[in-house]
Amino acid sequence: MTALDIHNVSVTLGDTAILDDISLHVAKGEFVSILGPSGAGKSTIFRLLTGALRQNSGTITCNGQPLAADQHGFGFMPQRDALMPWRRIIDNLTLGLEVQGISRKQARTQVTPLLAAFGLDGFARHYPAQLSGGMRQRAALLRTIVQNRPVQLLDEPFGALDALSRTQMQAWFERRWHAARWTTLLVTHDVREAVALSDRIYVLSRRPARVIAEMHVPTPRPRHGRPVRAESHAIEAQLLEILLDQTGELL
Amino acid sequence: MQLDTPRRPGRGLARGIPAVLSVVSAFLIWEIYVRLSGISPLVLPAPSRVLDQIVLNRALLWDNTLPTLKATFAGFALSLTVAFGLSVVLDFMPRVRRALFPIFVVSQTLPLVAIAPLVVLWFGFDLTPKVLLVALVTFFPMLVALVDGYAATDPEIEDLMRSMGATRGQIFRSARFPSAMPYFFAGLRISITYAVVAAIFAEYVGARAGLGIVILNAKNSFRPDLVLAAVVISSTLTLILFAITALLQRVVLRWRDVGGNP
Repeated sequence: MTALDIHNVSVTLGDTAILDDISLHVAKGEFVSILGPSGAGKSTIFRLLTGALRQNSGTITCNGQPLAADQHGFGFMPQRDALMPWRRIIDNLTLGLEVQGISRKQARTQVTPLLAAFGLDGFARHYPAQLSGGMRQRAALLRTIVQNRPVQLLDEPFGALDALSRTQMQAWFERRWHAARWTTLLVTHDVREAVALSDRIYVLSRRPARVIAEMHVPTPRPRHGRPVRAESHAIEAQLLEILLDQTGELL
Repeated sequence: MQLDTPRRPGRGLARGIPAVLSVVSAFLIWEIYVRLSGISPLVLPAPSRVLDQIVLNRALLWDNTLPTLKATFAGFALSLTVAFGLSVVLDFMPRVRRALFPIFVVSQTLPLVAIAPLVVLWFGFDLTPKVLLVALVTFFPMLVALVDGYAATDPEIEDLMRSMGATRGQIFRSARFPSAMPYFFAGLRISITYAVVAAIFAEYVGARAGLGIVILNAKNSFRPDLVLAAVVISSTLTLILFAITALLQRVVLRWRDVGGNP
């Protein structure tokens, strides 16, 4: 079943064409990545989905329903964690539920059992500034998940982390995802991350962004914690070739 | 893992030592100068003499401190209410902000010496003109601080809240208002230091009682020692109010005092 369907969508801001006839879909329980060079307009797709922007043409449907301005079918995790520094971790986690009109007390009861799985046990009363980058990122992810939206949108969620924490977080995240199967759309410019996490990858061109390739990643899960399979390496190489042709530069 | 940085109690006091030393030595130099030069107390009274006057005139000073305090508090309460109310209106209606902000700026260009007698003329010798003058002098720093503070909200936090389906009101309450708090306290600290001075100035121009009246009468009867005695009281009031603000800030902005990344 298709959870999200973006059909022939184009966006022009002023005179600049940002998205040019983009079509992509995400099935229920599927992990799909959008991979593209920096500034390609990957985040513009998220801005469309979160209602911050309207497309000039094309249709977007979520669970078969056209995306209305007042409909919020997505849990959104922004590039930086966007945790409110003045709220304790627990109060950051309940933000989405409070916005939905759930009382703070009830929201806390709902969130507290999930703390352990996200490695936040014992940190509920801490402020974001007291947590490491990886923990903050896990908190931001949990804040997204607890909203219980049909589709999770992750905008380069590990981009701000150092290389070691990033690898650690990807491994942790893949395990969590494997257990819960959230329908997920990830935006990234990290080829290895896309291959490590996704079922399917769309490659975007430089601006104006078009879909120039779609790749399946058949590597069995869980993928982390074992040697990287030859098939993953082959896909990474193929993706890099497509992307580097694009920018016309060699690494 | 203990992440909270423990606050050592002695440290705050130790940090205050240089300030105390500099103030004490300034008064000492003043005292020594007056004693050695034999200057007339009608021109420059020694600090010891000013202290004596405070003790001698404690009833008079106390009776006149109360009206000043009343005007300060009432004026500041009005100022705070107006500044907050206006800031919310201006935040929700950018057009109104563009229309009204120049007026607020102009209100701060009015010389108090000129405007204070007029306000007294219009509103009489009672509490009202003092309250209005205190409010006029103190509302602007708080208003600017709040408006700037709202604007300084992390756009990513606002995008996030919009993605959650938050209304403009929810975004204001949960994101913009708390974001503005550090700014607000910066403005509040400036405002509070003007408040007592503004009340005294308003009294000086026309009132029945108050520290401003004590200063006026003392000046007219060539009593610089009594003028300075009232000044000491006024400064003490401002310092106390400033300390209360600092304490309040500590409580409200507790999240800023927590330790950094482990």
